Amino acid sequence: MKAPAFDLALPESLAQAAQLLASPDSRAMGGGQSLGPMLNLRATRPALVVKLTGLPDLIGVEDASDAVTLGAATTHAQIADGLTPDLEGGVLARIASGIAYRAVRNRGTIGGSLCHADPAADWLTTLTALDAVVLTSTRPIALSAFVTGPYRTILAPGEIVRAVRVPRPAPGFAWSYHKLCRKPGEFAHAMVAGLRASSGLRLAIGALGGPPLLLRDAEASIGVAETSLSFLEPAARRIQLEAMSRVLAELAA
Amino acid sequence: MDGGQGVGASVLRKEDDRYLRGRGIYIADIKPAGTRELAFVRTPLAHARIRAIRKPQGFEHAVFVASDLAGVRPIVANSALPGFKPSAQDVLAQDRVRHVGEAVAVCVAATRAEAEDLAELVEVEYEELPAVSDMLAARAQDAPLLHPAWGDNVFLSTHVDIGEASVRDGAPIVVRRTLRTARQHMAPIEGRGLVAEWDSRLDQLVLHTASQMPHIVRSGLAECLGLPEEAVRVIAPDVGGGFGYKGILLPEEVVAGFLARHLGHPVRWIEDRREALTGGANCREHHYELTAYADRDGRLIALDALATVDAGAYSIYPFSACLEAAQVASILPGPYDFAAYRCSTWSAATNKPPILPYRGVARAGVAYAMETMMDAIAREAGLEPHEVRLRNLIPPEAMPFDNITNKHFDSGDYPQCLRRVVEAIDVPAFRARQREATGPVRLGLGMAIFCEQAAHGTSVYSGWGIPMVPGYEQATARLSPDGGLELRVGIQSHGQGLETTLAQVAHSVLGVPIERVRVVHGDTGVTPYSTGTWGSRCMVMAGGAVAQACTELATRIARIGAQLLQVAEDDVVVADGCVRGPSGSVSIREVAHTFYRRPQDLPDNANPGGLEITAGYKAVRDSGTFSYAAHACIVSVDTRSGEIRILDYAICEDGGVLVNPMIVDGQVIGGVAQGIGTALYEEMAFDAAGQPSAATLADYALPGASEVPVLRIDHMETPSPYTRFGQKGIGEGGAIGPPAAIANAVNDALAGLGARVDRLPITAERVVAAVMAAEGVS
Repeated sequence: MKAPAFDLALPESLAQAAQLLASPDSRAMGGGQSLGPMLNLRATRPALVVKLTGLPDLIGVEDASDAVTLGAATTHAQIADGLTPDLEGGVLARIASGIAYRAVRNRGTIGGSLCHADPAADWLTTLTALDAVVLTSTRPIALSAFVTGPYRTILAPGEIVRAVRVPRPAPGFAWSYHKLCRKPGEFAHAMVAGLRASSGLRLAIGALGGPPLLLRDAEASIGVAETSLSFLEPAARRIQLEAMSRVLAELAA
Repeated sequence: MDGGQGVGASVLRKEDDRYLRGRGIYIADIKPAGTRELAFVRTPLAHARIRAIRKPQGFEHAVFVASDLAGVRPIVANSALPGFKPSAQDVLAQDRVRHVGEAVAVCVAATRAEAEDLAELVEVEYEELPAVSDMLAARAQDAPLLHPAWGDNVFLSTHVDIGEASVRDGAPIVVRRTLRTARQHMAPIEGRGLVAEWDSRLDQLVLHTASQMPHIVRSGLAECLGLPEEAVRVIAPDVGGGFGYKGILLPEEVVAGFLARHLGHPVRWIEDRREALTGGANCREHHYELTAYADRDGRLIALDALATVDAGAYSIYPFSACLEAAQVASILPGPYDFAAYRCSTWSAATNKPPILPYRGVARAGVAYAMETMMDAIAREAGLEPHEVRLRNLIPPEAMPFDNITNKHFDSGDYPQCLRRVVEAIDVPAFRARQREATGPVRLGLGMAIFCEQAAHGTSVYSGWGIPMVPGYEQATARLSPDGGLELRVGIQSHGQGLETTLAQVAHSVLGVPIERVRVVHGDTGVTPYSTGTWGSRCMVMAGGAVAQACTELATRIARIGAQLLQVAEDDVVVADGCVRGPSGSVSIREVAHTFYRRPQDLPDNANPGGLEITAGYKAVRDSGTFSYAAHACIVSVDTRSGEIRILDYAICEDGGVLVNPMIVDGQVIGGVAQGIGTALYEEMAFDAAGQPSAATLADYALPGASEVPVLRIDHMETPSPYTRFGQKGIGEGGAIGPPAAIANAVNDALAGLGARVDRLPITAERVVAAVMAAEGVS
């Protein structure tokens, strides 16, 4: 379980990184918490790994009245420890503190997690419910349109995620997130995140093997979800619906 | 016995100083100069013929296949039980592969990464054969055959029929269950690994390997390599957990042993987690069809059982493919006394890794089976589960007791043990809480009582007729010239704390402070022969041997001491590190100094053998010690999400005289953690093609710290009448009870809904599926 030989690049500018990543034989690396094991398992074998966490464009945060913007290289641990701006009630810190284990949080990054697009990843589902926007080297992309399939995103070759912008819901919003795992820190087998705000209700159901299922307002009912999830095994579907019921109950409270 | 450092004292573990500082020396810390690394080419197919293997051009010298291993013999581990069908496992497969992960070639390079690069370039042409990945399918008439010469896929079937068949006719209570346990991977933190080196000065193969039984590995290695045993030295350094996973002669050990000599430089192989998971899920998989007959008061009349064990592709050395199933037949009755018993077992061959005995061996599955039946009887009889058990347990006044399968229970008070956990858990108070919990989150109580036969010896193992039969366990005790004591034992300590507990035994006999007792183990070059560390045998057997060696040493010390004290030998005793006479004493240190440094002061009749003795030991009766325990737990089950929480867990354990109660508690806690894994988390599923479902620990769920509740542990200490200090083997019990206790608790919680889960592990999906089935929803 040792990685095959590859070249490692530590670019110093976004332009340089973009140029290196334009090659189909290259892979971007954030904290390496997913790509590292994949390299060791030889499940991916890029000729070139481009480490992005040293790029100034990916580091830093912005706290504005309408949104929190986190650099792509921000680690889960920084967010969990409250070192970055957050939504009211520490929504982001709570999500981050439930990601995997501390050792993973120390290195794993929010940008890396989104680009890896694991269907059961915490950020993908929760930030979809929060209506976050991915800011790349060339354009903003709504997260709900960012992931195209399991481990697949809409990113073009050489396009780099710089940051993620999380809009601040109007005061008085309600937030709920439930995931059901075999044990804390494991990837979830059911996960639902919900936001009720003046702009409406957004519910994201994750761990479905692809992008999260986003249900808005009237769609965010058990009945609609039951139909949408008909492809799941009956017991798995019931567990997802149970997670959804818990979220709806919390949002209603 | 000795409040200070001897038997019974909870002294801190001597070995923990190096472990806690990260200064243990494990296989991966050993790398002699010139070592090259090995990577094995392993089959991705579960069942196939090998048509051809092509080595990468230019690297033919660095890649080895079966035909390159001149003179190497396959691993054969037969049983003498009638009807056993033998298998021969080539150390590199030649014409057929029988499970995913079986090695077909080995590559040698400067680093592991380069060796893996090379392994990828080896082309193996397979002709895929239909695979058999399920033990029941393997027994079917038309199943594809793993070993065509056999005519079926059964290593061994056994049948016992004891007692009056007629007693079961008309029994007022008849309960049936079909149960299944999952195939598991033992997952020690350190995997397997080895460093093989040919010592040309001694003309000897030196194999460092992460093993629980270095002497057995040496015997097997010598046989496979065609070397005399004195040309092989096996050293097990610090070993990071065994549990049975390292109680085996490995094909990799044979291959590396050959290569070290052939290539003239050391070679090393460190098993990685993917190899361990994909080719090393090798334990625990049982299937039961059970019928229990009882009277209206819940007294068991008869038990009928059909048991199948998934034994995998080959018979492993030394335990063979049939130990597990044969054990099922003999231990299924557990600690209960009843009149009639019928049991048929099958050790089924499948395209899966060969089965190995895992901590508790068959007992975890057997206790799950038997204790499920006890709860089923209780439900039918309208009695509390503990009440039914109390009516069926062997009573203390019957001890020692020979049960229906002739298991000899040495001592114990099983009803008292059960009553203690029932009291600890407060059953009436729990039932009141349970009655109120009628919402979606239900509460359940489960219990299990079971025994653990340990340190069974010659009379038991000679009957199996497998390559290994334990006989006299030996230990060497030698005093150093400055009064320190060195103990040499053939077992291996890899977490059991034997560097401490054997020192405690020596301290009890001689009084040498344990700081001055050094335990040397795990090295065939310097220790007496031993079958090694398995079957919870070390404290009884190696402990007994150390006590015997120290006792004999004391006689020699006494003679010299008496001379120094100018008194008669009969007037002195050896105790507290001294030879005491009627009016004075001389320290063992002075005695040692005299023997080694001032022999002119020795008595004329001093034993010329000196202050070094190898002594052998067997228990008074070698049918084994029977420690036992009762486990009781309370769980909550969310019937909507399937989430299970263990709210309380109480244990009462009787391991006879405890040499170090703190270490015993550690053994119990660690075992329970593994038992929780069996009950709720661990499962290596194989698909119809024999492909394992997990290649990383992200897919194979092990319990962690957050999954293990605080355990309330109570002890009884009923001495074994047959062992040196009354001690009993205690290493496995923790892992045996939890599957039974937790499954009973979950099913107690689900009973109100009419739902039941009859297989392990009890996952959220299985709970929800059972609830849906009870609701009539599919």
